[in-house]
Amino acid sequence: MAMKVYGPAASTNVARVLVCLEEVGAEYEVVPVDMPSGEHKSSAHVARNPFGQVPGFQDGDLILTESRAISKYILRKGGSDLLRESNLSESAMVDVWLEVENVHFNSAMSPIIFQSFVVPSFLGGETDMKIVKENLEKLKTAREVYEARLSRFKYLAGDFVSLADISHFPAAYYLLGGPHASVLDVYPHVKAWIAEFMDRRSVKKVAELMKTPSA
Amino acid sequence: MAPMKLYGSTMSWNVTRCAVALEEAGSDYEIVPINFATAEHKSPEHLARNPFGQVPALQDGDLYVWESRAICKYAARKNKPELLKEGNLEESAMVDVWMEVEANQYTSVLNPILFQCLISPMLGGSTDQKVVEENLEKLKKVLEVYEARLTKYKYLAGDFLSLADLNHVSATLCLFATPHASVLDGYPHVKAWWSSLMERPSVQKVAALMKPSA
Repeated sequence: MAMKVYGPAASTNVARVLVCLEEVGAEYEVVPVDMPSGEHKSSAHVARNPFGQVPGFQDGDLILTESRAISKYILRKGGSDLLRESNLSESAMVDVWLEVENVHFNSAMSPIIFQSFVVPSFLGGETDMKIVKENLEKLKTAREVYEARLSRFKYLAGDFVSLADISHFPAAYYLLGGPHASVLDVYPHVKAWIAEFMDRRSVKKVAELMKTPSA
Repeated sequence: MAPMKLYGSTMSWNVTRCAVALEEAGSDYEIVPINFATAEHKSPEHLARNPFGQVPALQDGDLYVWESRAICKYAARKNKPELLKEGNLEESAMVDVWMEVEANQYTSVLNPILFQCLISPMLGGSTDQKVVEENLEKLKKVLEVYEARLTKYKYLAGDFLSLADLNHVSATLCLFATPHASVLDGYPHVKAWWSSLMERPSVQKVAALMKPSA
């Protein structure tokens, strides 16, 4: 039976889950959740995700929330090597950089994406440039740390690709497609690293899904 | 083998989150204080341990691990892997879900409360009651979800103790140092879960470390 992902592919947290499904070649179905009409707060969706957020995820009787937890489940189930859980030091590095993605990268990118895409496109408002600038500044420390790391290693966790890299794709997709892509120009190793994961078959497939307005 | 070194102050609930996991796992470790007043966390020595210049950082031989929840997982995987249930697909998924919920839903609303009530006054500032009230309201919504979960299961991930429960300990201990611990009173199953965690020797040991004499 196909696994079900509830939520729009254009959501970064939904896209993170989708790319993991593509990585392992799992059979899945994306079930739309109409967020502008508040469907994510409906009792049907809250039964899947008690915090009323996307994604929701169902595999048979198992219902999961939180995109990074769902991603790990999918990769473990599919026998993927993107977590390195059998190696103590490698799995630690994957965990470290997955936390960094959440705490230092995504936390700054989320308000930028919200202001640059969601506010003008869906809420009929104007981008608050002050919020965008503040978060671009926060992102600067992360970019510098990433550049140093990626000057020494091919990928974040070491010389092997992992979920820590791929988990950056959804927000990186919006950064590249938005008005602030040039902030990466002085970080050649970061640029090359992003270009490489954007070229993965799984990522290209999900990037297409993200463009579909209704999904 | 030399003991692992956990760098940071026991006043930080991100540091004591790691101490709980290390204690519970029975790891051999020592705490090495980092002096914020002299900006030791931004020194080259510390930046080599944690490039973001934050605490905690963990050293185990040649390996440096940072980000508290990654450190907790490392300690568990190394010394008490049953806290992660990684051999069981569904159980490990529930452990992961509730570890994420701890970080993204629970501690993310506790952080501003703890900062306003405990850290800001220490830095010579005052407590912004508006921020505290707003986040207490958010915390109540989160606690409703916990109450429902803990009505069905003994622990967050199921009827077994996991790192997901233990990761809540340090920030919750800090909540008890604020005037707002009574927020838990409306959630009897959450309180019972908390009491069962408090009985653990690992938690008792870290609670003693956090006493403000240090």
